[in-house]
Amino acid sequence: MTELIRTEQLSYSYPVRGVVLDSVDMSLHAGERVSLEGSNGAGKTTFLNLLVGLNKPKSGRVFAFGKERKIEADFIEVRSKAGFLFQDPDDQLFCPTVLEDVAFGPLNQGKSFDEAKAISIGVLDCLGMAGFENRVTHQLSGGEKRMVTLASVLAMKPDVLLLDEPSNALDKQARLRLIEVLSTLPQAMIIISHEPSFLDALVTRRTRLQGGKILDV
Amino acid sequence: MPQFLEHSMTAWKGQRIEHKPSLVDSFDPRARILMAVIFALLVVFSKNLLLPFIGLIIAFVFACLASLHLKRTFRRVIAMDLFVAMMIIMLPFTVTGDELFNVFGLSASKEGFMLAIAIALKANAVVLTMLALVGTMEASTLGHALGRLKVPEKLVHLLLFTVRYLDVISREYRRMRKAMRARAFVPKTNVHTLRSIGYLVGMLLVRSLERSERIYDAMKCRGYCGKLYLFDTMAWQQRDTGLIILAVLFAIFSIASGAYTV
Repeated sequence: MTELIRTEQLSYSYPVRGVVLDSVDMSLHAGERVSLEGSNGAGKTTFLNLLVGLNKPKSGRVFAFGKERKIEADFIEVRSKAGFLFQDPDDQLFCPTVLEDVAFGPLNQGKSFDEAKAISIGVLDCLGMAGFENRVTHQLSGGEKRMVTLASVLAMKPDVLLLDEPSNALDKQARLRLIEVLSTLPQAMIIISHEPSFLDALVTRRTRLQGGKILDV
Repeated sequence: MPQFLEHSMTAWKGQRIEHKPSLVDSFDPRARILMAVIFALLVVFSKNLLLPFIGLIIAFVFACLASLHLKRTFRRVIAMDLFVAMMIIMLPFTVTGDELFNVFGLSASKEGFMLAIAIALKANAVVLTMLALVGTMEASTLGHALGRLKVPEKLVHLLLFTVRYLDVISREYRRMRKAMRARAFVPKTNVHTLRSIGYLVGMLLVRSLERSERIYDAMKCRGYCGKLYLFDTMAWQQRDTGLIILAVLFAIFSIASGAYTV
């Protein structure tokens, strides 16, 4: 199995919250779906942020897609290969219409308008969101917003998905749809979630962030 | 401020505009913006009363063509006219000139009175036109049209982000306000109220700042490097050129009428 992401002795602390990650070693291989559980404020989101360079580690190293990643320029490539799904869809959907939002990533990757549009419509179609292209993003329902954010991440053709509480605030039906969609995706994933039923349906390995360490469960 | 006016300033229904499809919608957003801007400039810079008066009549025609919602439009125009009313009361007494009448030893000047009327006419004409031509398009369409009109990108982005997040922030405000009410908070004239409202505003600022950071992170995750891309389906038609020709004709008429030479 190819190793996609690995951290070595990764540490992070906040000024007030103190140490949240203490020499964390973790790795993600192709085809794996790993859960990351842990109590509120344990540092799960922070860990994902470190993986894509949104926060800078206090010490330790991040290896992603075969290279060590240190500076902002290194992480630009990581971000387009590791799709990050944020906890709150409203943080992610910032364009007026669905199509613009989904096409934002591909356009940043240097695709032309027509290519980006074709990719976006294709991805929306795959997720059962065909016909939503011209809808206004903030008028969507919670489940629809979640699907559109997933589409906007998948449109970049990532190898890894980092999902931060994807089933948050979804009703039962929307949650089942999400499980159905995620389980058909080929990407390796790290999934933060508090819901055992959601994780049981998806993950191949369970880990827990506790006391600054990531432990296998 | 009376309840019905407060509503028109704080009620934000996102981009949803509830107006019946009308003739105005068949024009390209860019043509509508250009028309509104040319019209506004012509009316505002006029030095006599005739042109603003004609302008107001034209504005009424625009409003009728756009079949504006009567009550909502009236509320918005009134909100502005409150300020204009202040001016009409103040100006005759502050501008020097021939005395028109006298109140408690203060003389009201004819010049000031004329100036106040001119301002009232101009303000109403411009606001009505804006509501009819620009106010009837969705805010994101407005952003796109401005982008296509080569308005600086930063300003367009600012507008689009405002449109997108005003709703989110106002929902946050309402949620916190509701939470306060749920704990029996009633605004009174005392320090507790001031402090609580201060906390509310402060918290709103902090949350908005944090949210903006998360949004920026999310954008970076998708490879943002300073450029937003706009998709739209605007098509300039013959009738749009017609509208611009009308605007130019109005400009020629305005200049010929001597409105700027007095």
